[in-house]
Amino acid sequence: MLLGASGSGKSTLLFGLAGLLEGGESEGELRVDGVAPARARARTGIVFQDPEASLVMAHAGDEVAFGLENRCVPPNDIWPRVDEALELVRFPYGRGRPTDALSGGEQQRLALAAALALRPSLLLLDEPTANLDPAGAGLVRGALKRVLAGGERTMVLVEHRVADAAELVERVIVLEAGAGVIADGPPAEVFQERGDELAAAGIWVPNHPLPIPPENPRHTPETILDAEQVAYQFPGDDTAAVGPMDLQVRSSEALAIVGPNGSGKSTLALMLGGLLRPTTGSVRGRDGQQLWRLPADRLAASIGSVFQDPEHQFLTGSVRDELMLGPLQRQSSVAEAASRADELMTRLRLGALAEANPFTLSGGEKRRLSVATALAASPRVLILDEPTFGQDRRTAVELLDLLARQREEGGAICFVTHDLPFAAALADRALELGR
Amino acid sequence: MRRFTPLRPDPRALLARANPVAKLGAAAILMGILFIGSGPVTPAIVLAGLVAAVPLTGLALRTILLRTWPLLLAALTVGVLNVVLAPASGDGPDFANGAALGLRLLGIALSGVIALATTEPTELADSLQQQAHLPPRLAVGVLAAVRTLPIMAIEWQLIGMARRARGVSGGRSPLAAARLSFGKLLALLVGAVRRATRLALAMDARGFDTATSRTIARPQAVRPADWGLLLAAVALGAAALWFGGGA
Repeated sequence: MLLGASGSGKSTLLFGLAGLLEGGESEGELRVDGVAPARARARTGIVFQDPEASLVMAHAGDEVAFGLENRCVPPNDIWPRVDEALELVRFPYGRGRPTDALSGGEQQRLALAAALALRPSLLLLDEPTANLDPAGAGLVRGALKRVLAGGERTMVLVEHRVADAAELVERVIVLEAGAGVIADGPPAEVFQERGDELAAAGIWVPNHPLPIPPENPRHTPETILDAEQVAYQFPGDDTAAVGPMDLQVRSSEALAIVGPNGSGKSTLALMLGGLLRPTTGSVRGRDGQQLWRLPADRLAASIGSVFQDPEHQFLTGSVRDELMLGPLQRQSSVAEAASRADELMTRLRLGALAEANPFTLSGGEKRRLSVATALAASPRVLILDEPTFGQDRRTAVELLDLLARQREEGGAICFVTHDLPFAAALADRALELGR
Repeated sequence: MRRFTPLRPDPRALLARANPVAKLGAAAILMGILFIGSGPVTPAIVLAGLVAAVPLTGLALRTILLRTWPLLLAALTVGVLNVVLAPASGDGPDFANGAALGLRLLGIALSGVIALATTEPTELADSLQQQAHLPPRLAVGVLAAVRTLPIMAIEWQLIGMARRARGVSGGRSPLAAARLSFGKLLALLVGAVRRATRLALAMDARGFDTATSRTIARPQAVRPADWGLLLAAVALGAAALWFGGGA
C-alpha cells in the first residue's frame, strides 16, 4: 500500500509503474520485471479511481473483451476469459448488462474484471474505493481478496482510507513530497511506530480518529429550510428518485445525509439548495418563498452550495477574485469585499495563492477554495456534496474545524457523505436515504 | 435534470438485425437520390418508402417522431419559408418548390434517423472496422466518445446549477445570458478534455495504443438480407427518379 498526503506523488508513481507517464522530466530509473514499465505493460493492469471515467464500452461483457481484443486474443477464446474474469469479481449480472445502469461499486468491479482478464502479474490500483459507498467498497475489497488469494499476483494499492484496506496488504510504503520514501514496513509496525507523525502529516492512519470539535452549544435552533413532501422524479421514470419526504434544516445544527450510491442524496441536496425544481412538494426559506424561484444573487446570499467537483463553480481567474465575487454581488464596497477575501484566505491557508488561477490548484486547495467561496457570501445555510471526497486527513480536519465554527456562529450545515467517520465527528443529526 | 436513454428497438426487427454498414449504405443511397432529384415527386416517393419501412425498424412511429420532432419541424419550416419568401412570380406563391425542399430535407433526416436509431453503436463500430475497414483508432475512439455524451449532458446541467449557486445568472439581458453560456461552454469543454484524457489513458492501459492489429469479439456478418436492403434502396431511388422526372 502506497500512502502519503495529497501531492506526495503516490498516483504519479503508480502511473509510472503502469508505463503511462509521458513527457515531463524524470530522474533515476523505474523497472518492472527488469524492463522499462512501458515495455512491461502486457504484464500490468491498472484500475483507476473513477470507474465512470475509465469505462470504454456500453455493455459489461464488451468492456472486459476490449482489452483482449487489443491483445489479439482469438475471438473464440475471448468470451470464456470474459466470463472467468466476471466470475472472479462476482459480477452480479450477465455480459449484456449496460455499463451505465451499474452502481459505482459494480462499475469498479467490472473495471477490475477488465484488468484481470488480461492476466496481469502486477495489479495497480489508484484509490479504487474512493468513489463508493461503504457496501460497494466492501464488495470491491472482497473481490481483491479473492484475486490475491492465489499469491501469484503483486498488488500496489494507493489508498486514503487505510483502516479498511490494511488487511489486504503485507507492506506499507509512505511517500512524502521532496523526501521520497519516509516509512516502509509491515502495516502494524509502521502505524505503531510512526502513526502520530503520519497522521499529523495528513495521512489517514488507523486508530487516529478525527478530532472531535468542541461541543455544539446549540443556540436556540430555528428552522431555516423547510422541505414539505418534496420529491424528484426523472422524466420518463415511473418512480421518484427521491422522496416524497419532509425535512427541516435548522440553525446551529449539522445534518448529515447518508445512504448508498443512487439513493438520491445529491439530488436532494440540489433541491435543498434551490438549484433543482422539485417535481412535487416544496422547499421554502424563512421568508416562505420557494427556493428554486429565487433570483440567483439572493439565493447565493442565503444558501451556499458546494458541489462535489469544485471546478464546476470557479468563475474567475484568481483565488482573490473568486472570493470577492460573493461580497461584491451583495453590493459590498471593493474594500469590504477585499477584506472578507483576505480573512477567508488566511483562515483557509490560501493566502500564498491569492493571485493563482483556481484551476491550477491542488485537489485539497480547490476544495478549500470552493467552501470559502460559498462562505464569502455569508449564507446562513451551507450545503455540501461529499466535502471530504479525495481529501487527505489534513484537509478533512480543516474542513471539520471550519464547518464546526460556522455552526457555532448559528449557521446550518447540511452535507451529503459516504465518509462515516467525518459524519460522526460533525453531525448533530443524520438522515439515511435508502434505494 | 434530464437523463438520456438510447432508443431500444425490438432486436428481432428486420432493420435492427441488418448489418450497420449496409444500413448506412442504404441511407447514403437514398440521401444521394434526394440531393440530385428535383421537384416534389421524387422526395415524396422516397419519403413514402421510408415511412413504409418504419414497421421494419422495431420502433413505433410515435417513438421516432417524439425523438426527432425538432429535425422534422426544421424541415417543415424551411419548406414554408421557401414558399413565403420566394420572389413572387406571376402565378402566385411557389408551392411546388417549397414542398420539394421541405420533403427533401424530411427524407434526408428520416433516412439517417432510421439507419442510426436501429443501430447499436457498438455494432456500428465493429462493423465499421470489419466491413468498411476503418482503422480501430477511429471506430473505437468515436464509440468511446459517444458513450460520454450523456455524461456531458448531465455535466452541462450541473455547471448551470453550480453557477446559480454562486449567484450568477443570465438575468434578462441577452448579453449577460450569452456571456453566461460562453462561460458554461468553456467549463464543459475543460471537463470534457480532462475526461477524454483519462479515458484515453484507461484505453491505452489495456493495450489500445500498442495494438497494431486487434481481434474482434463480436464478428458482424454480411447476410443476403443486407444485400437485399441495398438493392431495395437502389430500387426505391430509381423508381423515385423515374416517376419524379429525373435530375
